[in-house]
This record gives sequence, structure tokens and C-alpha cells, in this order.
Amino acid sequence: MSADSLIGGNLLSIEDLSADGLAEVLEVAESFVEVNGRSVKKIPVLKGRVIASLFFEESTRTRLSFETAAKRLSADVLSLAVASSSVKKGESLKDTIETIEALGIDAVVLRHRSSGAAHQVSRWVKEAKVINAGDGTHEHPSQALIDLFTVRRAVAERRGVDSRGSGLALLAGARVLIIGDIVHSRVARSEMLAYAKAGAQVRVIGPGTLVPGNVEIYGAERAENLDVELAEADVVSLLRMQEERGSGRFVPSLHEFSTLYGIDERRARLIRDDAVITHPGPMVRGVEVSSLVADDPRMVVREQVTNGVPIRMAILFLALSTRGEMVNV
Amino acid sequence: MANRERRHTRHPGAAFVVHAEVMTADDVARAMTRMAHEIIERNHGIDDLVLVGLQTGGIELAEALGNRLAEITGLAPPVGSLDVAFYRDDLGLRPVLPEAVTTIPGDLTGKRVVLVDDVLFTGRTIRAALNALGDFGRAASIQLCVAVDRGHRELPLRPDYVGKNLPTARDEMVDVSLDGVQLGRMVPR
Repeated sequence: MSADSLIGGNLLSIEDLSADGLAEVLEVAESFVEVNGRSVKKIPVLKGRVIASLFFEESTRTRLSFETAAKRLSADVLSLAVASSSVKKGESLKDTIETIEALGIDAVVLRHRSSGAAHQVSRWVKEAKVINAGDGTHEHPSQALIDLFTVRRAVAERRGVDSRGSGLALLAGARVLIIGDIVHSRVARSEMLAYAKAGAQVRVIGPGTLVPGNVEIYGAERAENLDVELAEADVVSLLRMQEERGSGRFVPSLHEFSTLYGIDERRARLIRDDAVITHPGPMVRGVEVSSLVADDPRMVVREQVTNGVPIRMAILFLALSTRGEMVNV
Repeated sequence: MANRERRHTRHPGAAFVVHAEVMTADDVARAMTRMAHEIIERNHGIDDLVLVGLQTGGIELAEALGNRLAEITGLAPPVGSLDVAFYRDDLGLRPVLPEAVTTIPGDLTGKRVVLVDDVLFTGRTIRAALNALGDFGRAASIQLCVAVDRGHRELPLRPDYVGKNLPTARDEMVDVSLDGVQLGRMVPR
């Protein structure tokens, strides 16, 4: 089931949202870009709400970006430092969540090493909204929304049109190529679903051991010839080799992966001048991308980080909103 | 016309039925010219003046007022727009209007700001606008210009410039554009 709006809902997976639901997040985020450009970067919409950020797995940018987003909306943020919490004493996830909810928390931003953790937590909570900030190798929906938003804005800028109000039109029909470790990448899973819902043609390529056989269920198809695909792509999405999930064991060596699938200067020249290259970060220079290419003007890594805040503001704002009756004003 | 249509599409199950034409396009134009002169008189010119139209009904009025001030003084005041959706106290009671844009021309510190809206009703939009403007600097003064004051204030606010004082019933709706002002009711389809 996919909803046409995130209002009052959980964000567990891109599958939860229809194309209209995705477009709504992008449009609301445009309003928050303006807020982030002000000298006082704070608006009172979530004043008095409490958002808990629960990161059971290391993260720098996602955590900082969600917490910044919550604070710019005037919500109070409780940040659970797992290393110094009762989790270390052996408390189960369920008990931790019950404690959090007993404190009257309105939303939980959860990152966990287990796939499906956010879904499980959403069944335990009674009132609080659950935002998946990455669960194992399953999904990372906020990152995919950031990537859609960044690509939409980059394409709008290149065509000299306004991205605001453009819905998913600038993404429809785009050829998206996702390269690397698809199997272990929650970003890839969310991206495939999101780009496909936006009407893009999604192709994935990588070592045979790191590309799942069933990418069709995410709306993508497998590609074979990297050089040919690079020359045709409108959007090139690079992924990190996930050493902590054992990506390295699926290829003979990182050097071989880098030679066959890394974007070096020669491959970068194959990519069209008006293409957009994304990377969810952190980049490992010399593996999936050479150091020179990492600074290529077509790379939008900085914009992706910057756009993280307005997108996550939009997610928190919508999830904690209620759709009420229209009043006469 | 765009504003009028948009406002009405926000009531999917109801239609706006007019029962009185309150002002014609000429009446609105004359009121705008008068208010432009009042603004110049009150502020001794338009130095440091910034017009801010409230989304969505105040935008075309602020632009028209800016044009009128430019015709009279030969100088065009900066015109901005403000969406107060994120500052309202009835958030959740109203749908989000993501197409509305906030563009404030520069820092407002030391400026004389004239807020422009179509209809002054409960005053809650203006309260939200005052809170929002505080985030853009400390204005020297903030004045309020409305095309129609329809009464029923719930907050201690009054306008500085009024196109027309229009006594209304609470359940009536006032539609304002440069094409004229109409009084009507929302009637279920």
C-alpha cells in the first residue's frame, strides 16, 4: 500500500509513498530551502514536539542532518547515545522503545543494523511516528528523497526552469544508472524504488556477486556494459563499497572492483556534460571514484548534503502534521 | 483570477455563490490609488519602504500598490511576499500550501514595512506575519494595508490603510481581486 501523502504517517520505506506522496515531500522541502537561507533559520511549526534520534549504528551526516532539521522546526531533540545507554547493559530494542514512548515522544528517527527494524518499531509504538534513517541492507528512504530533490534541482538549473511546483516532471523519463554494491546498499534499494516511481528508467550495474538477481521488483533492470551505459545516462549514482557489511568478500579485491566499476578519468569523460553524478557519501576516493573525478563539476555531493536538511524538515513536518478541516480565514 | 480560482479549489465539496458585488474593478483601482497616497503621506515619501504581500491573496495587491507608488513618486519600492503557513496557530486545521513562496528583499532592519493582504478578518494571519517578519530583522515600523476589513477580530489589531470597511456575517466569504470585491457564501455542491 502506498499513500498519496506523508501527512500523519510513518516513513519506513519508499514503498509507503506513491508518486504523489514523493512529489509532496519535494514541494514542501522547497519551502524549507528558503527558510535555510534566512539569517534566523528557525520556524515554530513543531514547537513543543519531541523527536528522539536513535542511532544504533554509526552515522555522521544523517544524524546531524535529522537533528538540525528537527531543531530548525523548533522541536526538542532527544539524542540517544547508544554507547552510553542501557542498550549496552543488555536492554532490548523493544524495551528501549517502550521507555522512549513512556516519555511522551512524538517521533522516533531510527537507524539500526537490522533490516526491518523500523517496521518492527512502528508496530510497537502507539502514538509516535517512526522515521527510518537506514535499516540494515533494506532501505534509507530519506537519502533517496534527497537524491530525487538534488537531481530535480540540478536538472531545473541546467534547463533554466523553476524546480518548485514541477512535481516529478523533470525526473520522468530520465535514464538513471546505479553503479556498485547494490546487494548491501540500502540507498540503492530506496533509490531504485524512488526513481522508478518518479517515472525514470533505472538500470543497475556492478560485479555479478553484488547485484541482486531480482532488481525488477524494485522497478530496475540489470545492465552489462558500463561504458555504453555511462554514455547514455542522465543520472549516475555511485555507491560506496560497504566494508562493514563485507562487500569486500564478494569481489577478488577492491583494486579489481575499482578497475572494472570505479569511475576514473577515462570513464568520467564518457559521461555526458549535462549528466548529474550523485554519491550518498561518505566517498571512498580511489575505490568507487577516483580523486580527480570526486571533484568533477557534475558531482552534486555537496548539494546532496545541503539538501539533506530541507528534505528531512519536510519529512518530520509532514509526519507530525494532521490533515484537518479547512477553516474560513 | 488565479487567486480566486485557487481559493475556491481549496473547498472541494462546496461552491462559492455570490450574493453581492461590493466593489467593481474601478472601485478597487481608486481605493489602491488612495491608499498609495496615504502611505506616502504617513511615511513622508517612500524612503526605506518595503511592501510585503501575504500569500496568496495579498501578492497581486502588493504588486499593484507598488506600481501605483512608482507612478506617483517615480521610485519603485521593493515588493516581497510572505507565506505565514509555518507560523500559524491553527496549523493542522489548514492544508499546507507548498506552492506559496516567501521572498523578502534583503534585511528588514531599519525598514518601514507595509504588510498587504486582501481581507482582514480574525487577525490571526497578521499575528503570524508579525512573528515571521521578526525573523527577517528589526523593522523600524510595520504597517498594515488591507483591501477589505470585514470585522470579527479575535486579536487586538487594527489596519493602517483600508480599501473598504465591509460589515459581514461570520459565515460569509469575501473574494478580493483587482477585478473587484464580492460577498458570498460557500454552498455545498
